[in-house]
Amino acid sequence: MSTTNLHLDPTGRRPGLFGVPTLPEGSPKLTKKDFTSTAEVRWCPGCGDYAILAAFQSFLPELGVPRDNIVCVSGIGCSSRLPYYLDTYGMHSIHGRATAIATGLATTRPDLSVWVVTGDGDALSIGGNHLIHAIRRNVNMTILLFNNRIYGLTKGQYSPTSEQGKITKSSPMGTVDLPFNPVSLALGAEATFVARTVDSDRALLTSILRQAAAHRGTALIEIYQNCPIFNNGAYELLKDRDESAARLLRLEHGKPVRSGSRGVVRDGDGGLRIVDLDELGPDAESRLVVHDAHAADPSLAFALSRLESPEMAGVPVGVFRSVSRPAYDDLVRDQIAVAVDAAGGPATRDDLAALLAGNDTWTVG
Amino acid sequence: MSSKTVERVDHVVIRFAGDSGDGMQLTGDRFTAQSAAQGNDLATLPNYPAEIRAPQGTIAGVSSFQVQFADHDVNTPGDAPDVLVAMNPAALAASVSDLPRGAIVIADSDEFTPRNLTKAGYTGDPLDDGSLDSYQVYAFPMTSLTVEALSSFALTKKEAVRAKNMFALGVVSWLYSTPTEPTESFIRTKFGRKPEIMNANLAALEAGWSYGETAEIFAVSYEVAPAATPAGTYRNITGNMATAYGLLAGAHRTGLPLVLGSYPITPASDILHHLSELKRFGVKTLQVEDEIAGITTAIGASYGGAMGVTTTSGPGLALKTEAMGLAVMLELPLVIVNVQRGGPSTGLPTKTEQADLLQALYGRNGEAPIPVLAARSPNDCFDAAVEAIRIATTYRTPVLLLTDGYLANGSEPWRIPDLDSLPDMPVEFASGPNAVDADGKPVFRPYLRDPETLARPWAIPGVPGLAHRIGGLEKADVTGMVSYDPDNHDRMIRLRQAKVERIPVPDLEVDDPTGTAETLVIGWGSTYGPISTGAQEARRDGVEVAHAHLRHLNPLPANAGDVLRRYRRVLVPEMNLGQLTVLLRSRYLVDAVGFNRVRGLPFTSTEIAEAITKFAQEGTL
Repeated sequence: MSTTNLHLDPTGRRPGLFGVPTLPEGSPKLTKKDFTSTAEVRWCPGCGDYAILAAFQSFLPELGVPRDNIVCVSGIGCSSRLPYYLDTYGMHSIHGRATAIATGLATTRPDLSVWVVTGDGDALSIGGNHLIHAIRRNVNMTILLFNNRIYGLTKGQYSPTSEQGKITKSSPMGTVDLPFNPVSLALGAEATFVARTVDSDRALLTSILRQAAAHRGTALIEIYQNCPIFNNGAYELLKDRDESAARLLRLEHGKPVRSGSRGVVRDGDGGLRIVDLDELGPDAESRLVVHDAHAADPSLAFALSRLESPEMAGVPVGVFRSVSRPAYDDLVRDQIAVAVDAAGGPATRDDLAALLAGNDTWTVG
Repeated sequence: MSSKTVERVDHVVIRFAGDSGDGMQLTGDRFTAQSAAQGNDLATLPNYPAEIRAPQGTIAGVSSFQVQFADHDVNTPGDAPDVLVAMNPAALAASVSDLPRGAIVIADSDEFTPRNLTKAGYTGDPLDDGSLDSYQVYAFPMTSLTVEALSSFALTKKEAVRAKNMFALGVVSWLYSTPTEPTESFIRTKFGRKPEIMNANLAALEAGWSYGETAEIFAVSYEVAPAATPAGTYRNITGNMATAYGLLAGAHRTGLPLVLGSYPITPASDILHHLSELKRFGVKTLQVEDEIAGITTAIGASYGGAMGVTTTSGPGLALKTEAMGLAVMLELPLVIVNVQRGGPSTGLPTKTEQADLLQALYGRNGEAPIPVLAARSPNDCFDAAVEAIRIATTYRTPVLLLTDGYLANGSEPWRIPDLDSLPDMPVEFASGPNAVDADGKPVFRPYLRDPETLARPWAIPGVPGLAHRIGGLEKADVTGMVSYDPDNHDRMIRLRQAKVERIPVPDLEVDDPTGTAETLVIGWGSTYGPISTGAQEARRDGVEVAHAHLRHLNPLPANAGDVLRRYRRVLVPEMNLGQLTVLLRSRYLVDAVGFNRVRGLPFTSTEIAEAITKFAQEGTL
């Protein structure tokens, strides 16, 4: 098959946006305001969604594409209201199915920049099947997964990312479910791009949105998001200036993985562990694991994803994995192109008539 | 060179039956092509087990293919076989009770071993214990005759044995004087890259024909003259292929690319297979993770301006329910094909039934009207699929097309349509503002309706200036903003209902030759063949009966109530427990009476004729 080098960029543009028109030369630069719809934003006061929306709206002008070529598809839940607030094309669909709808859309329309907004319940519970299959297919779309570890819109039941033992309305004695780690799950599903960030860290969120938009294929961004009503303070340790400096492991490709006075080393069992740099002695820096987001083998990315724990002693954020693999929608279109080429050009009316007739005909009269 | 007599008959029903590995579907299909090529009208009924390879030699593993071919118009595969080709004892055991006295039984005596007889439940050998005395039995060692005929080929015994179905086909082709050329060219194409296998199959076919001609077993052979059919070019086609081609042709007439989202399910998968072959026509087929993704990827495609289609069978339709409601709310074109099978639950996956009618009409949360139509015959699946796309694109609505396992796998001659004879159905996407706001500024209103069709604009992403949001929450009339207003909800519910109710559908036609019948028999979908044939049989017995058949189940034809009320007695045969009966009774307050069989098999015309006769004479069944 003639799969051209889809991940290479002959024009200097972001591969994720191949096929999407650019703003006409000389047209005024878009601003955050251009991406703000007239709909009244109706999240609870203090919701982490506000910060994510603001960062997203501020980032989108950077893409340099007409806002009419951006589509935001969501499922059901608090986060899934976001498309209403974004002045682009958008669809607030049904619970869990946004990734499947976006798959159909992306495969049909290479000229669109497709975004999915979803939550931990929407993406990982009712929509878990669609999520893993979108990821393994590597459909060209960016998924923003708002993870607040609770069901907010239904008023406070535990979610598939709630920590075990959590007391909620539907778990008065504590949950018995083991939570998913969304990054581990995505890596297990053959993700080509996985990142994690925190709602309040605008700089990191923006940087990750930038990298995700450039990626061709499915980019999954897990965003730790605070629900002030039903799960307030879930990520407080990662937001406090001193605590976060000690706990957040900021992943940077080619750099040692460390946080303040601690760093990440390989343990004997193929995994990783966090140690005090003091324990490592004078050549501590050189013994730290160096992050490789582009490694063909996802083992390191997976091991990093396993560092996350309920105590949040060391939480990696940033891009875990970013590798190139042909995107599903491109491959589907490629097969059509190959078939059309092989047949000597697009099908004509006569070709259709010949198809209907088949090879075994007889004539009467 | 044969000196035997050739007897002319007006129709014949043949059933090829054997183990599921014996190639009976192929054999039946090839015989069908031969009989079609000589101009007979015909109808077929494949019948096979759900298991791919059920235990060999058992009744559970019997696969059969029945074909009726005639010198006149036929609409059913026939009630009872005139000829049974039984490749093993189980095939005989499974079919013998369907055979009328005097029927021909052709059996492969090699397979009637003690072991195989036991597996089929026989304690003796029916070929020589007298139990088949009321039939004309022709038993000969087909397997060893085939192996012998192929002795000069470099084949393993197993490979040679596999050609015995072609030997059987050769015998039957001789017996009914049907030309084998279509099968020969089929074999040359299919095995072109394996010359040894190709030549062996050709030789087996030839050997079977010669055996019929030269062995002194058949006293006569038969021939069936061509049927008087309308002028045109014909081919044989199954319902699933006709559905696939209808979807493509319909999309072609709209100018839209066809995108199928589907999950494999019996008996609908062949539509996915056929469409997957059509990449050069720009058809995209997405075999996705589940039934829900099948319909939601199709919705995503339609949102992007393609003709989104999803195909499934009953259990899959149940899974698509919520997304069908979304499509109703979004008011986007979408076609859902439900190839009905025996239910509930997994039910009878390879058998036919029409028990999803009420699910199709009502099986969604909320008031979620969807146009529903049903194909009546394998080749009608083509026209019904074109019509489904026309309605979907004109009215911006999901449309449900019902076929069933009988139509899906059954085949009949199809007069290949002239593409120009198909309805013209151009589609226009919204291209600019369609209203002005309070300040006189041009704006786009995504739910501003066409006054005639009540369709909303199809505004696809990428069009400058029309950015807007849609979704499953209730929409405000005209603006499409989210609205919780009670009056707006009531208005929108009624608008969506009115949009579907106002779709014009052709009047119901009544076949009432004398014009004085007091009994009407009315059906829908695949029962057309048996009901029309059954009505003709009843008339031959002096019973006056009218027949009407529904294609559009939602909305129903405007004259349906008038038609029903014209008759003193209304009989409704269905392969369910009375779903159309419920609909007609509640909608039109007529005392419709159901004639219901849910056996996983189509009605026979005989049972329909008997029911009509009794009902017309006594008013009850």
